[in-house]
Amino acid sequence: MRLKLLLLAILWCGTIAYAQDYFPDNDGVKAKNNNFTALTNARIHISPTQIVDNGTLLIQNGKVVQVGKSVNIPANAVRINLSGKSIYPSFIDIFSDFGVEKPKRPPYSGRSAQYNSTREGFYWNDHIMPENNAISKFKYDDKKAKELRAAGFGVVNTHLQDGIARGTGALIALNAEGGDANRVMDDQSAQYFSFNKSVAKRQSYPSSLMGAMALLRQMYHDASWYSKGNVATKDRSLEAINKNSGLVQIFSAKDKGNVLRADRIGDAFGIQYAILAGGDEYEDIAAIKNTNAPLIVPLNFPEAYDVSVPYQAEYVALKDMRHWNQAPANPKVLVDNGINFALTLHDLKSPANFKTQLTKAIKHGLSKEKALEALTTTPAQILGKSNSIGALKAGYHANFLITSGDIFEEGTTLYENWVQGKKNIIYNKDLVDIRGEYDLTIATNTFKISISGDAHKPKATVKREADTLSSKFSFNDNWLTLSFTPDKGKIAYRTTAIVDEAHKNLTGKLVLPDGRESEFTAIKTKEYTQEEKKENEETSPEIVAVTYPNVGYGYKTAPQAENLLFKNATVWTSEEAGILNETDVLVKDGKISRIGKNLRAGNATVIDATGKHLTAGIIDEHSHIAGLSINESGHNSSAEVKMTDVVDPEDIDIYRNLGGGVTTIQLLHGSANPIGGRSAILKLKWGKSADEMIYDNMPKYIKFALGENVKQSNWQSFARFPQTRMGVEQVFMNYFQRAREYDKKKKSGAAYRYDEEMETLAEILNGERFISCHSYVQSEINMLMKVAEKFNFRVNTFTHILEGYKVADKMAEHGVGGSTFSDWWAYKFEVNDAIPYNAAIMQSQGVTVAINSDDAEMSRRLNQEAAKTIKYGGMTELEAWKMVTINPAKLLHLDHRVGSIKEGKDADLVLWSGHPMSVYSKAEKTIIEGATYFDLEKDKQQRAAIKKERNQLIGMMLKEKEKGNKTQSPKQNKKQRFECDTL
Amino acid sequence: MKNFNTLIIIFTLGYIFNGAAQQTPAPEQKEAISIIGATAHIGDGGIIENCTLVFEGGKITALGTDVATKGRTINASGKHIYPGFIAPGKSLGLIEVNSVRASNDQDEIGSLIPHVRSLIAYNAESKVVESMRPNGVLIGQVTPKGGRISGTSSIVQFDAWNWEDAAIKEDDGIHLNWPTSFRSGRWREGEPRGYQPNKEYQKQVAEVERFMANAVAYGKATAREAHPPFAAMQGLFEGSQKLFIYAQREREIIDAVNSAKKAGVKQIVLVGGYHAPRIADFLKKNDVPVLVHFTHSLPNFDDDDYDYSYKLPKLLVDAGLLVGIQNSSASNFQTRNLPFYAGQVVGQGLDKEVALQLISGNTAEILGIDDLYGTLTVGKSATLFISEGDALDMRGNILLHAFIDGRDISLETHQTKLWKRYMGKFEGK
Repeated sequence: MRLKLLLLAILWCGTIAYAQDYFPDNDGVKAKNNNFTALTNARIHISPTQIVDNGTLLIQNGKVVQVGKSVNIPANAVRINLSGKSIYPSFIDIFSDFGVEKPKRPPYSGRSAQYNSTREGFYWNDHIMPENNAISKFKYDDKKAKELRAAGFGVVNTHLQDGIARGTGALIALNAEGGDANRVMDDQSAQYFSFNKSVAKRQSYPSSLMGAMALLRQMYHDASWYSKGNVATKDRSLEAINKNSGLVQIFSAKDKGNVLRADRIGDAFGIQYAILAGGDEYEDIAAIKNTNAPLIVPLNFPEAYDVSVPYQAEYVALKDMRHWNQAPANPKVLVDNGINFALTLHDLKSPANFKTQLTKAIKHGLSKEKALEALTTTPAQILGKSNSIGALKAGYHANFLITSGDIFEEGTTLYENWVQGKKNIIYNKDLVDIRGEYDLTIATNTFKISISGDAHKPKATVKREADTLSSKFSFNDNWLTLSFTPDKGKIAYRTTAIVDEAHKNLTGKLVLPDGRESEFTAIKTKEYTQEEKKENEETSPEIVAVTYPNVGYGYKTAPQAENLLFKNATVWTSEEAGILNETDVLVKDGKISRIGKNLRAGNATVIDATGKHLTAGIIDEHSHIAGLSINESGHNSSAEVKMTDVVDPEDIDIYRNLGGGVTTIQLLHGSANPIGGRSAILKLKWGKSADEMIYDNMPKYIKFALGENVKQSNWQSFARFPQTRMGVEQVFMNYFQRAREYDKKKKSGAAYRYDEEMETLAEILNGERFISCHSYVQSEINMLMKVAEKFNFRVNTFTHILEGYKVADKMAEHGVGGSTFSDWWAYKFEVNDAIPYNAAIMQSQGVTVAINSDDAEMSRRLNQEAAKTIKYGGMTELEAWKMVTINPAKLLHLDHRVGSIKEGKDADLVLWSGHPMSVYSKAEKTIIEGATYFDLEKDKQQRAAIKKERNQLIGMMLKEKEKGNKTQSPKQNKKQRFECDTL
Repeated sequence: MKNFNTLIIIFTLGYIFNGAAQQTPAPEQKEAISIIGATAHIGDGGIIENCTLVFEGGKITALGTDVATKGRTINASGKHIYPGFIAPGKSLGLIEVNSVRASNDQDEIGSLIPHVRSLIAYNAESKVVESMRPNGVLIGQVTPKGGRISGTSSIVQFDAWNWEDAAIKEDDGIHLNWPTSFRSGRWREGEPRGYQPNKEYQKQVAEVERFMANAVAYGKATAREAHPPFAAMQGLFEGSQKLFIYAQREREIIDAVNSAKKAGVKQIVLVGGYHAPRIADFLKKNDVPVLVHFTHSLPNFDDDDYDYSYKLPKLLVDAGLLVGIQNSSASNFQTRNLPFYAGQVVGQGLDKEVALQLISGNTAEILGIDDLYGTLTVGKSATLFISEGDALDMRGNILLHAFIDGRDISLETHQTKLWKRYMGKFEGK
C-alpha cells in the first residue's frame, strides 16, 4: 500500500509541467494539473507558535490552500498519510550567495597600487557597485540546491558577495523542477553593503576600515546630491542607490564592532540596515541591543583547539579559548535580550554542518520555538515577505519539511523538503526500519546479522560465532542486498530481499557461492535498541564568565570611581607648585578635590603613599594602540576618515599602557599621506566601550604628514602624487585653496555638494580643528608653517619633528608645539640628523615639547623616555616630567582637564613605587577619573585567574577531542601592531 | 641611464658618509691614569666604594681602596666607574640607515653560509657605532643577519681607524637561526596574521642536521675540493668557535641544543630564550648560557604577564644560568640603551650589581673575551668609563670619561656636534 502511494507521488510530480499558461506547447497536448495534495495526520507547525496535531495541509499549484485540524479535502486530492510525522515551514537564509559566483582574488602581484577608478559612467570608486544585480549573474546550481534542501532550506536570498556597495539580491526558491520562472520569487529583494573591498578590483581606496566607512558616508551624500539633479553627467551607481533605496537594506558586518559601525552609518542617513552579525555579539550585548537592528546571525561556532601538546597550546589566547566555549550561547543571549534575529548558513563550511551547530545552540539554551522563528518568520519579516513565506498559511508558498519528529532533535530524520509544492526526497519516509538482530541459517551454519545505525541509512555486520565476516550491505527503497564471505578468499554468499513492514523477518533470495539459488529467511531475534548515550551529555554545558573586554586581563565588572585619599606622597604636580613632599591628595567624584597636608579622609578610601610618588597620568600625544586600522593610504588626502570609527577597546596594549602609567592617548592616523585622518583622543578605560573611552567634547585633531612616508620613498610605489617634498607643498596649497572655496560657497547659502573631506579642512581654516603633523627635516617643517600662515591659521603640533631643533626659533615664533621621540634615529634616510637633544633644544627656545611613543612598547615606558631628556641636554627633572604630562595635555588642548595634579582637574593619577623617572620604578596604581584601571595587586590576581581559566578550558577542550569531535590546530590570532608607516 | 643610476648611488653614498668624518680614534695610552674616589662597579657582582683604579699601558694595574695613585689623576669622587658594556649579536657597522639599501651589508644571500664573515665589512667609522660610546657601550659582537646560518661574527671595540684595529676576537662564533615550529601567517597570500603550526619544521631541522653532519664528515678527511661552508664550521667542532643558536620556545631550544651536541659542537650559546625559564634545568645540565632577549620589548602572548620581558633575565639568573642581555632583533641605534635594559630588571627585584653583570662580566664570559674584558680586574684591559651617576638609570648615565684599552676616547658624536652647533646658533643670537 505504502509503496503504491510512493509510486503515485513520483508519477504525480513528473506530470506537472511548470510552463506558463500563455506559452505555446509543442511537446504534446496542453494538460494542466489542478489536483490538490492533502498531507494528513501530521503534527503541523503552521508557524513557530501555532502547532496542530493530526492536522492536514492542503496544497494546490504550489501554494497552501488550507491547513488545520478540520480541512475539507476535495475529491480530486492526492492524499498522503503522515501519521506520526511532522511538518514544518522550510527554512529561509537571507544571506546567501547561491547561484551567484563570487569573483576570485587574483594572486598577489606586487604591482604598484592603482589609485584611480577603471570604470566609466559609474561612481568614482570601483568598490561601489550598487548597479550590480544578483539576478543578472544568477545561475541555478542544482548540486548546491540539493545540499541546502537537505539542511532544511527552501528559500534563499542571494547576492553577489563582493565589494562595499554590492547591488541587489534575489529571492530564490530552491525548486529543483521548475525553471527560474518559478524559482525567482523576487529579483530585487534587497540592497547589500559591506566594509570589504571587491576582491576583483584593484583600486587602492579605501585601504582601511575607516576609509570604507567614510566612502559609504560620502556615497550617500553624493547620491542625495545626484538625486536633486545637481550632476550633469550620468552616474549609474548613484542612480542605482537612489532607485533601490526603498528596498530592504542589508549590511554585512561580520563582527560585533562592525555591527555597531554599520548601524551608526545607517543612523546618519535614516537607514535601518538588517545586519549580518559575527557570532560574537554576546560580548557586547547591551550596545548591540541599542542598535535596534534586526540581525542575521551565523552559527559559526569554532571547533575546539587541539591543545594536547602543551607547548603548542600556549599559542591559543584565552580570548580564543573563551570564544570556543561561549559562542554557542550567542543565539540564546540574543533571545534573552529581545533582539530580533534570523539565522544564516553564512560562514559555515557546509550546509551539512548546520544541524550540528543548531543543535549545539539549542543545548546552549536557544529555545526551539525561537530557533524556528529565526529560520522562518523572522527572515520572512526582515525581507518584508511575511505574507508569502515563513509559515504555512493559506496563500503562502507550499514550502515545508516532513520529518520523523521534532526537527531540532538529534535523532530526527528530515524526509522530504517540499518547495513550491514540489516534493524533494531527502530520505525515503516509507523506508521500513529493519534494524535489529537476525539469525540466518544456511545448511549447518548460523550467521548472525546485526543491523544498526540510522533507520534511514542502516549498517550491517555479519558474524559467524565470534568472527566478523567481510560483508557488503545496502538498503534502498526497501530493497536489501547483503553479500558476505564466510571464508577468506572464497566466493561470497549473496542475498537480496524486498522488505515489507508487515513481516518481522527478512525473506528473499540467496545465491550460494556455487551459483545455486534458493530462498532464505533471516529470523529476527532481537529488536533494535538505541545505545545509551554515554556520559552526562544532557547536562547543560559549562560556560565561563564573560569579562570586559572579553580577553585575558578583562574585568568581570568595569572599575568604578571611588573617593580616595593618598597620604604622605611625594606629589609631582606638573604645575608651578613643582614637587610637594609628604603631601595628601584627595580624590572625590572623579576629580582632584584637595591637595595639602593632613587632609581628612571623610568617606574616602585611604591609600598610604609614604615613600611613593604620585603624578598625573601620562599622556601620549602619538599612539597607534587601540586602533583597528591606522592608515587610509588610498588617497593623498584622507581628511574624511575618522579614527574614532575604528577604536578597539579590546587591545591588550591598553592594559599594558596602564601598567606603565599612561592614561590618555591620541590615537593618530598614520603617515601614509600628506593629509591623514581625524584623531581619536582616548582615556584608557580598560573594560569600557570605545565610545566611553573617547573624550567627551573631544578637541578636534587631524594628522598631517611630510617626508619619506608621504612620498612613498621606501616601498615600490611610483604612481601617487606627491613623490617629492616639492609636491607635498602643492598638495597642501591645493587642498586648502579648495577648502576655502568650499567654505565660502557653503557660507554663502548656495547649494553645495556635502564633502566630508572639505568639511574637515574647512574646520582647520576656521580654527576649529588642529593639525598634528608628522615631520622630520627642517625644510618641510618650515614649509608647512608658511602654508599655514598663507591661510591664516597655525599648525598646532609637529609630531616626531626630529629636526625641530634646527628651526626651534621659527617654531616658537609660529607658536607650534613639538612632540618628539627621545632618542630614535638611523632607521631611515630622513632621520640622519635626528638627535636626542632635540627636546631640550626646542624647549630652550620656548617651544612646548612633549615626548611621544608611536610605539606600543615604548608607550608603556614614557616615564623613562622623559628621563632621557635629563641625560641628553640636561633638562631639569621638573621640566622633563612635564614632557609626558602637562605639555602633551597642552598640545592636545586638554590642559584644563588633565596633565597635572591640580584641584578641580580629572583624577587621572599614577602612584609610583619610587621616583617616576627612574628605570627602577613601577606604576602601582593607575587611576582615571577616580577609578582604578590598573593595580599591581589586582594584576597578580588576574594572572592567577588567567592561569586557572586557561587550565579549565584546556581541560574542556581535551575532553572534546577525546569524544572524537573535530578540533582545529592551535593558532594565535594576532592583531597587527601599528606604527606610523604601517600600511 | 646606467650612468645616471651610478651617479645617484655615488651621490647618495657621498651624502650619507660625507658628514661621517667621525671622532678621531684616541692614541695609545702613554701615561698611567689613576681614577680616585669613585664607586667602582666591578661587573662580577662586586662593588668597591671610594675606589682608586690605576691603569697603565692599556691594562688595569691596581684597584682598591688602599691603592697608590700613579700618573695623571682623575678625581671622580661621588661618581661611578663601570667596565665598558658589551653588545652581543648586533649588526653595528654593517648597516647605517635601515631603509637605505646601499648602506646595508648585514644580510648576504644564501641560507647556510657560515663562511660569510662580518669583520671585513665592519665600518669602524659608522655614526651609529659612535653613538654607543656616550652611553658606555664600548664593545660589540658584529653579527651577520638573516638566513638559517647567517655567517660568522667577530668582536670589536668601538674606537678604531679600521676593522683590523677594531678586532678583539676575530671570527668568534657562528650564528644559527633555529627553525620555528610555529610560523606567522602569510597575510599577503590571504592567510590570517598570527601564528600557526609550521608544517615544514621537521624538514627544516633535518636540513640543519644534515648540514652539520656533512661538515663533521668533511673535517675528518683532507678534502680534494674545498667546500667553504663546511670548512667554516670546523671551529665549532674543535672548540675554537661558539655556536650561537637563536631560539625562543621549549621545543625549539631542546631540539637545537640536542642537535648541536649530537653533531659535536663544543660550545653552545642560546640567544633569545623567551621560554628558557621553563627548561632552565635542561640548559644547566647542558652547560648552555643564555643571551636573553632584551627587556624593552612586549610580551609575545596576550595572556603573558605584562612585565614578562622585564623579568625574563631575572628568572634565568634565579635558575642559576649564566645570562647576558642582547637586543639582536632591535634596530642598531637602540643598542645604546643596553644599560637601561639591565636597569629594567632591577625594578623586578634583581640586585643592581647582578644586573650590571648581564651587560658586562657575564657577556664577556659568554663571548669568551673575559680574559681581557667585562670586569674591572687587575690585569684586564682598561676598557671602562666614569659616569656622573648610576649608569643603569637614564638620569644617571652621564659619561665623563671613557677608555678603551686605556685610550682616552672621545665622547663626542655626530649628534653632540649638531646639538652644540644649534645651541650655539641660538645662544649667539
